[in-house]
Amino acid sequence: MTPKIPHESARKHVTGEAVYVDDMLVNNQLLIGKVVYSPHAHAKIKSFHLDVARNLPGVYAVIRYQDIPGENQMGPVVHDELCLAKDEVNCIGQAVFLIAAESEEICREAEKLIKIEYKPSEAILSIEQAIAKNNLMGPERKIETGDVDKALKKCKHKISGSLTTGAQEHWYLETQAAVCIPGEDNEMKVYSSTQHPSETQAIVAGVLGINRNDVVVEMRRMGGAFGGKETQANHVAAWSALLAKATGQPVKIRLFRDDDQIMTGKRHPYLINYKAGFDNKGKLIAVEFELNANGGMATDLSFAILERAMFHVDNAYYIPNLRVIGRVWKTNQPSNTAFRGFGGPQGMAAIETIVDRIARQLKMDAAEIRRRNFYGINDRNLTHYDQKVENNHLKMMFDRILHSSEYLKRRQDINEFNSKNEFKKKGMSLTPVKFGISFTTSFLNQAGALVNIYQDGTVLVNHGGTEMGQGLHTKIQQIAAAELGISFEKIKLTATDTSKVPNTSATAASSGTDLNGMAVKNAIDKLKSRMIPFIVDHFNEKGEIIKSQIRAIHFINDCIIDSENPARKIDFAKAVNMCYIKQVPLSATGFYRTPDIYFNREKGKGKPFHYYVFGMAVSEVLLDTLTGYHKILRTDILHDVGDSLNPAIDMGQVQGGYIQGVGWCTTEECKWDEKGNLLNHSPDTYKIPSIQDIPEDFRCSLLEDVPNPSTIRKSKAVGEPPFMLAFSAWLAVKDAISAVADHQIEPEFSIPATNEVILLSLEKLRSIKKQ
Amino acid sequence: MKINLTVNHKNYSLQINSDLLLVDLLRDHIGLTGTKKGCEIGECGACTVIMNGKTVNSCLVLAVQADGAEITTIEGVANNGDLHPVQQAFLEHDAVHCGFCTPGMVLSAINLLNHNPNPTEFEIREAIAGNLCRCTGYQQIVEAIQSAADKSK
Ligand code: FES
Ligand code: FES
Repeated sequence: MTPKIPHESARKHVTGEAVYVDDMLVNNQLLIGKVVYSPHAHAKIKSFHLDVARNLPGVYAVIRYQDIPGENQMGPVVHDELCLAKDEVNCIGQAVFLIAAESEEICREAEKLIKIEYKPSEAILSIEQAIAKNNLMGPERKIETGDVDKALKKCKHKISGSLTTGAQEHWYLETQAAVCIPGEDNEMKVYSSTQHPSETQAIVAGVLGINRNDVVVEMRRMGGAFGGKETQANHVAAWSALLAKATGQPVKIRLFRDDDQIMTGKRHPYLINYKAGFDNKGKLIAVEFELNANGGMATDLSFAILERAMFHVDNAYYIPNLRVIGRVWKTNQPSNTAFRGFGGPQGMAAIETIVDRIARQLKMDAAEIRRRNFYGINDRNLTHYDQKVENNHLKMMFDRILHSSEYLKRRQDINEFNSKNEFKKKGMSLTPVKFGISFTTSFLNQAGALVNIYQDGTVLVNHGGTEMGQGLHTKIQQIAAAELGISFEKIKLTATDTSKVPNTSATAASSGTDLNGMAVKNAIDKLKSRMIPFIVDHFNEKGEIIKSQIRAIHFINDCIIDSENPARKIDFAKAVNMCYIKQVPLSATGFYRTPDIYFNREKGKGKPFHYYVFGMAVSEVLLDTLTGYHKILRTDILHDVGDSLNPAIDMGQVQGGYIQGVGWCTTEECKWDEKGNLLNHSPDTYKIPSIQDIPEDFRCSLLEDVPNPSTIRKSKAVGEPPFMLAFSAWLAVKDAISAVADHQIEPEFSIPATNEVILLSLEKLRSIKKQ
Repeated sequence: MKINLTVNHKNYSLQINSDLLLVDLLRDHIGLTGTKKGCEIGECGACTVIMNGKTVNSCLVLAVQADGAEITTIEGVANNGDLHPVQQAFLEHDAVHCGFCTPGMVLSAINLLNHNPNPTEFEIREAIAGNLCRCTGYQQIVEAIQSAADKSK
């Protein structure tokens, strides 16, 4: 595969020509839509007046839930999320009314003219409050292996504790946006910045009360998504569609940054309680986890996310006796949602905390404790849900990164530095990642494609995946080029379109290339097998004695050749034209479903993942113990992508994922006041990593020569796994804190480890040390 | 009120409201949508343009303040289809993921190199400190700017 191929839209991006939803040219009837949302976390709507706003010149519609022609519902899995509030609001940011007007300013003026009287009632604003009120979102889940209680009782060493992990705002650079254009009859054309066009189509059809074949959703590109546009892009699309329907005109809603942050859900905060038992050598014997997720006010994807968290509480470690119980709690906050890692980070943070604590307790190096606990190759290789960990590269990667990062030498240097410096401390940590690839809801692992070959030999590829910057279309273009043996300039990818490929799954779970790449290959295989007999006939036309055979026909270098008689070849474009004249259909659909995966939820057993991705990182930080300020001095990453389809794209995903993870683990903190108002809803108070936060020395490499047996061109998924490499930075900060008490005392620690958290932890350590 | 300004070497004379922002003037009145809106409060750099030889966040500048100004937006960087070395380097180093921060990043980088053709890595980091990117982790962007600087030596 050609290694150095830039992102398929890169040229348009650097020249400013790439069109996002907000940039679309729509005729001059375009109206602007605005959402009037609840300022209360929990309240009854006592009264309201819309007429004054409706009569404002330039206002075309003000609508409420009674004006919804279809179902007042936009819950993606469970139908528990109203499109517009009825007589009660359940979180700040919940949509109550919608306005369509000629301009943004008129929308704002109209909003001011809407008088709503609320009667606030008590709200549940944290996991703790929800637990106290027993406000469960649904039944708890459990996965168990071995005999945890018995094993724990027998363990010589035990630890227990709890870990909180915080919310994370997606902060895609392009906020949620949709343009809806009403058409003939009932038709609605939707341009939406969505990861899941088919679901957007379903929700829009639902609220409009029309059939799905009346709705076409088109998605060319997103300005970032990270899970935040998996379900919640549906909302803006549904609201725009309602306004477009009500006015009969095109309507655009693009959320302001602050509104986007206030209204949309985040990464689920978790409260995790754990008990662990281990032996003298630091080997894990039994662990019990209790995961509590803050689901927000509606289900959204909370249970699928919980399930992935439960699957990942082992991370890279074999634990013979393990029990994990998971609960989702309902609170008066916007419904929390998918975010890169999808629960994996929360689950893995818990086990990484445990392993880190074991090392401190046994006064051993944490990397060594990790190595001892890795899944084995021939034994110790069964997860708590009974899937065997196959093609396990953990030990090999550990050895390589230990060497390439000079871990042992630097550990000594750090100890020496720490012994000489009172207020500056260094810390370092090596952490592994093992991440399962596939949607854990098995039936979602399917994809479709449509491939058209035109008479000039150019090819148009459409598939169900969406481009959000991850380079999916580029990889698909490469796959199509390689399968057809033609140069990639001959291949064009179109916008994702529900009228071209129907019933698609979200582009999520890192599976975009795996699934859609295979579907595209399937379509191309069909086209090739249709063309080949005619090519053989063509080669045999001259009546040569040695006949060309079907099996020997190859598509390569913009030609089709007989590999057994290499003189026989035909230019691809000529062959296409010939096939056209012979009435060969040159358009085909493709389909793929991941084989061999299943999971029995009742039993908590199965093989939910097609394969695992592995990664390893070493991060070193310098901490100023007086201010809590820290910087990452150096990060080494070794990451497994199988045979990379595009090393530059994969490298970008690894680096970007790691940095986004560092943000979640350190600076990104969502704060709410006691009424449930998000206090930091803009970038001046909510800090995603800037260039100043990246490692001073950043050394990333992709693991080479380890093809993945059963995937498209032996590659591996790359989107989510690198996010969790950031635990190396998080635990390096903890290691630096711990140095203040010579690693004798366990520091308090959580996610995010903000300066405040760090300073508190340091203060505690110092006061214990004094006693 | 009326203003005159030059955008990408083209003169414009426009009738506008006094509270119109430069970013909206560029996007809605002139149709140059390469300038993006990421936050509209001057924190993300997606709306960066070069105005009279300095980068500004066009969401913080009133259109009237641009009266008489000379402005370069991302659309004005390539020369008759020939990419600027910074644009070319962004392509080659895969410094473009979702692309939403790219116009602002490219303009900040070009402005840096216009004033300092030989920047250190520290200076590069300083120059794009006001441009947020959620996708790349910045490394490929720094590499791209470095290589553009090296090549133009
Ligand atoms: S949109 Fe201007 S700085 Fe963010
Ligand atoms: S490339 Fe997506 S924000 Fe920078």
